[in-house]
Amino acid sequence: MAKKIGQIVTSHGEPGPGDGGRTGSWRVLRPVIDLDRCVPVKKNKMACFICWMYCPDGVITRTIPPEIDYEYCKGCGICAEECPSRAINMIEESRFITEDE
Amino acid sequence: MHAIESGNFAAATGVKLARVQVIAAYPITPQTPLTEKLSEYVESGELDSQYIPVESEHSALSVCIAASSTGARAFTATSSNGLLYMSEQVHWAAGARLPIVMCVVNRGIGAPWTVWNDQQDSMSQRDNGWIQLYANDHQQIIDTVIKAFHLAQDVSIPVMVCYDGYLLSHTYMPFEIPSQEKVDSFLPAFSSHYHLDPDNPANLNSVTLPDLRVNVHGDMAPAYMEIRNALHKDLRGSIGVLEEIDEKYKTIFGRGGCPITEEYLCEDASFIAVSIGSLSYHLRDVVDTLRGEGIKVGVLSLHLYRPFPDKAIIKALKRCERIVVFEKALSYGYGGMLYGDIKSALYDCDERPLVQSFILGIGGREIKTRDLYEVLKEACRTSKPKTGESIWIGLKL
Repeated sequence: MAKKIGQIVTSHGEPGPGDGGRTGSWRVLRPVIDLDRCVPVKKNKMACFICWMYCPDGVITRTIPPEIDYEYCKGCGICAEECPSRAINMIEESRFITEDE
Repeated sequence: MHAIESGNFAAATGVKLARVQVIAAYPITPQTPLTEKLSEYVESGELDSQYIPVESEHSALSVCIAASSTGARAFTATSSNGLLYMSEQVHWAAGARLPIVMCVVNRGIGAPWTVWNDQQDSMSQRDNGWIQLYANDHQQIIDTVIKAFHLAQDVSIPVMVCYDGYLLSHTYMPFEIPSQEKVDSFLPAFSSHYHLDPDNPANLNSVTLPDLRVNVHGDMAPAYMEIRNALHKDLRGSIGVLEEIDEKYKTIFGRGGCPITEEYLCEDASFIAVSIGSLSYHLRDVVDTLRGEGIKVGVLSLHLYRPFPDKAIIKALKRCERIVVFEKALSYGYGGMLYGDIKSALYDCDERPLVQSFILGIGGREIKTRDLYEVLKEACRTSKPKTGESIWIGLKL
């Protein structure tokens, strides 16, 4: 969050996972990308990335395919709402807990 | 080049010579002619700067904060209630360590409405982390504005240059306008400790926790208290930086030499009148008269009020018998602010002079030389000096 810049001490945060410490354990719904419907995957082009642009936590990569960092994703669902091809599904987190176990 | 012009003109010319890149200001009496002159300079092409019209003082300083964050030399100016309206951003600019320069053309504060001069506006904003410099005449206005830009960027702290409304802002006085070449040799091109860079995005001054925490690089980052402590320490350190800058200015322009306090006949003085701004030059006339009557009295003027120059004050005042503080502002319910500051600075001295406090000229009440003469003479001569409370002088009811 805050950083020493030269001699001047100010509040200076750089974007990136972890700037706010470990978060995200309260997620109820998990966004899962359906790669069959995802635009950059289907076209194999650096295109769309609406999810990357809208994610308020910056946890979606601008890559083919886009990847979601679930360590920091809070499950807000904005990516799923904004995805023009409805490629992102919000799935009950409890299902994954069972699967993980 | 010499000019006979107004104090506002002197300030605007100083700002132009400093090659300011962004100006945002909202007109308010008695600051208005300063911003009008700057807009003329920009419109005519004399000054290559962005002049951003805004709908309020809060926005004016917000624009300067944004401009300064992107790495531009930014300037604004205001007076009175305008300064108070931007107060939230005034604190912000200091906490964000942005080297903005602002002229405050001193005027009383409403209610009731007043447009006349006292120093309540800037004096009441003394605790917000800015450096406050006060000018006593037009030459000091232009010189101080130019020096302020140097100081602000050297210490990454915003600087207020304050001068009395009307008494200085609207009166005409001869002064020297330095050449652009000389100012360029004095004032380095703008640089800041950090500026926003689209290739390296950053959040500035977002919520900072009460305690340290690890940043994105895994390093311990300072928390709110560390950041605020650094501001305080750097403010204290800026006194020495101001002295160095003044020395450089003196070498190039031949003027200066008293950036913190300015003494007049203080060397052998038993009594020293203390004031801020144009009143301290007014007091010189009174001191001359009193000297003619054999009273060993001098005047000490403070150019720097925040950070408070304790050491310079102690050095200048500790040997005299009595100090007489004249102020055009007060901390309501307490008394003179400068009076309180001087008393506490002297508290640790082995021998402390008596300190008397007078409040005058509030809301533009005329300060008559005769009144000053009588009050100062009485303060020096009386066997029962009035201490412990600020006395208002010039009241008529």
